[in-house]
Amino acid sequence: MSSNMAPNVCAVGTPGRRKVYSMCGMCAVRCPVEVTVEDGRVAWLQGNPNDKLLGASLCAKGAAGIAFENDDQRPQTPLIRSGPRGSGQWRRASWDEALDYIADKLKETIEADGPRGIALSDRGGLFADLTKTFVKALGSPNYFNHDATCAGNVHNAARSIIGFSPTGLIPDFKNTKHLVLYGRNIVESLVVKEAKAFMAAIANGMQCTYIDPRASITACKATRYWQVRPNSDYALNLALIHEILKREIYDKDFVERFVVGMDELREAVKDTTPEWQASHTGISAEQLRDFVTEIGTQAPHVIFNPGWMTARHKQSFYVSRTTLILNALMGNMEIPGGFVIAKPPEYYGRKSLKTLAARVPAVTEPRVDGAGTDRPTWDPAIGMLHQLFAAMETEQPYRVSAYIAYRHDPLTAMPDAEAMKRAMDKLKLLVSIDVRYSETGWYSDVILPESTYLERANILTQMPGSVPVFLMRDQAIAPRFDSRPAWWIFRELLHRLGIKEALDFETIEELWNYQLEGTAVTVAEMREEGIVSLAAEPKLTPRDALKFPTPSGKIEITSDLLNEAGLLSFPPYETKAAPSGDRFNLLFGRPPVLAHGQSLNNPLLNELAPEQVLWIHPERAAPLGIADGDEVEITGGGKYSGCLKAKVTQWIHRDAVFMLHGYGATVPLATRALGVGVADQRLQEGKLYDFDPAGGGCALTKTIVQIKRRVTGGSKS
Amino acid sequence: MSKYMLRHDEANCIGCQACEVHCKTNKNLGPGPSPCKIISTGPIDVGGQPRIRHVFMPCFHCEEAWCMKTCPTGAMQRREKDGIVFVEVSLCIGCKSCITACPWGTPQWDPATRKVVKCDYCKDRLDVGLQPACVTKCVTGCLSFGVANEVPDPRRERYARFIVAESSGSV
Repeated sequence: MSSNMAPNVCAVGTPGRRKVYSMCGMCAVRCPVEVTVEDGRVAWLQGNPNDKLLGASLCAKGAAGIAFENDDQRPQTPLIRSGPRGSGQWRRASWDEALDYIADKLKETIEADGPRGIALSDRGGLFADLTKTFVKALGSPNYFNHDATCAGNVHNAARSIIGFSPTGLIPDFKNTKHLVLYGRNIVESLVVKEAKAFMAAIANGMQCTYIDPRASITACKATRYWQVRPNSDYALNLALIHEILKREIYDKDFVERFVVGMDELREAVKDTTPEWQASHTGISAEQLRDFVTEIGTQAPHVIFNPGWMTARHKQSFYVSRTTLILNALMGNMEIPGGFVIAKPPEYYGRKSLKTLAARVPAVTEPRVDGAGTDRPTWDPAIGMLHQLFAAMETEQPYRVSAYIAYRHDPLTAMPDAEAMKRAMDKLKLLVSIDVRYSETGWYSDVILPESTYLERANILTQMPGSVPVFLMRDQAIAPRFDSRPAWWIFRELLHRLGIKEALDFETIEELWNYQLEGTAVTVAEMREEGIVSLAAEPKLTPRDALKFPTPSGKIEITSDLLNEAGLLSFPPYETKAAPSGDRFNLLFGRPPVLAHGQSLNNPLLNELAPEQVLWIHPERAAPLGIADGDEVEITGGGKYSGCLKAKVTQWIHRDAVFMLHGYGATVPLATRALGVGVADQRLQEGKLYDFDPAGGGCALTKTIVQIKRRVTGGSKS
Repeated sequence: MSKYMLRHDEANCIGCQACEVHCKTNKNLGPGPSPCKIISTGPIDVGGQPRIRHVFMPCFHCEEAWCMKTCPTGAMQRREKDGIVFVEVSLCIGCKSCITACPWGTPQWDPATRKVVKCDYCKDRLDVGLQPACVTKCVTGCLSFGVANEVPDPRRERYARFIVAESSGSV
């Protein structure tokens, strides 16, 4: 077995200048990129101009990919823990030794608990066929993506109402007259293509209503900003629907033909008047009515963004559901200026890539988190990661003893690191496969260094769209250290467990050829431009043929998924008490130069990272003696606390404070990020098992923190 | 002055600072020097709405360039053909006179080379028919570059559209 050889693509070190098409790896968006390689080094990196909507554009994180590549502060060989978990004592290991070590522990787990005792999490997205196949090949149902703290609520809400993921709704900003955003911070939490299209539409006169307790930069580009009370958006939506139905400002023809459950909807909103919502949200009845009047003139070219990071509070699932209902009322589906429904290759008479998952038998064992069984509204394809930790801790409904975090850092991404560590302490095996030192990696038994996105090739991927495409991440340069690509790592682990068929490929080209079978696209064509469109022009499905992938074929305001789960279609709004004194709802977000916890150690992004400050309203700061620029101490009720400067501003709601996420790292070998700022997730004390029961997402913005002015000169606690 | 214009359309800028990194990677710079800089301030209240101001600070390639006047070695030079003010690295002794002299804080100290580095509109790229790095890879396209008066200026058109929309009541 050639397990000591890095499986480079053919001719990766060729002298001279060449262009390689890849996909960025600096955040989970994975924009297509064009890499210019000169004598085996990256000379220039830009967006892949063959993706016409992206062009050469690249964000700061993407541009800093070269600095990441050249940085030595990343795992350089496999490491096996030689002291207690988290002690930072490691020994270098060969790939054979590290893989054998993991395989032995996996075998022990399978013997003691069955394959279901093994779990894996990643950040989902375009390459998840590989990780899902690995877990399925083991015979475990327990694959998780990171959506418990991201898009879980909106994903499951969309699944219950339109029958597919919200990523299948593609906004046609170019022809949109009004875009409504519920804290979707388009110009800071960047998807480059989306930000570009959004700004072009704004310049072209698109109206934008931005709803958020804090005025982000997106609020500063919007035409209307509503500073709502934290976690009150469900009340706002119930009142919007009330007013739209009352004034009959909805597309009656569309609703008649494509929506079921209108009677239940009318009943649910009969008392949720604009006046009713005002006391909950802080938005006046008059403002709400003016808005409804405005969109009445703009429908159907009005889009209500259903959200992305929606792990906010315990009714976030219903916020996304009602947002999707607002879109249905606008009748904006599958029309210019509305949502275009993403098409698979088959829609255009082409064939999808062959999945790797199809090579292994289905797993019938129930998931450990109950997704798809005890929890019918939770999509079993993504799972809910907090319930994995619950199972580790309680061994209920069954024991999980081995956990692999692939390019995922739950100790940064999930709330309450101490609670997670308690759960992980029960594991026989904790593995981190990553390109960097993550908090989770540092707590692991084994770190396997994956080659960076510039140093590796991935499986091919396809993206459904108005025109579906195949995308390629080809290998641009040889690895600088003793790292390996993920497909090879998972193949080697499976081989050691005697599971050959799932990933039985010697080279990535062989794997690509399998994926491309029957598609009439070749590896050479993929390499030519990095992106292959599967149709010449986008096509819209005519209204007569429009059908949704739900049991009724329509948009389902009432859903069997909810009925089976014993959940109401429209639970009453849960009134939120305003925190007072030194107590605030903790809100968090990210700047455009950082992708969560993974950017702060990058030499070029570290110097751009804004100083982490705490936004606080002047009327709440004054009684606490806090002035702009003062040092304040923040606690979440547990042992962890931190200090940062106050930014006293009217652009944050009185009930909330806001800080940036991705700071407060503790890994000593990542020296630039070490100790910089405060980790909001560690302030989210006791929040690991606080989640929206319907959507499954964590209730992160329910976190209450206490703030006090830091008195300097005295004794330090 | 240089015959070129590097235009920043602030209305279309999101302050993402990608331009700063594009610039640095083209010049192979590590932490420290920033030949161009986006300075964002806010939010501030403009007619009841939150607004952030983004100011873009590259080099202005002044006609009467104080950096050139003060440079003791002639390292700070102007290209005859297009007026670009640049540093001839082989002549720079790292004395920092230009950093002191420039009223805009444009010249930057590079600790790796112990010399000065500044915006030269990526003349290496211009000379092979390309645009400056910051313009090429800008996220929104708010940066544009070319010979002055030939660079598209979106502001007049945008204002015209705005007043038409205002008079038709759709704003």
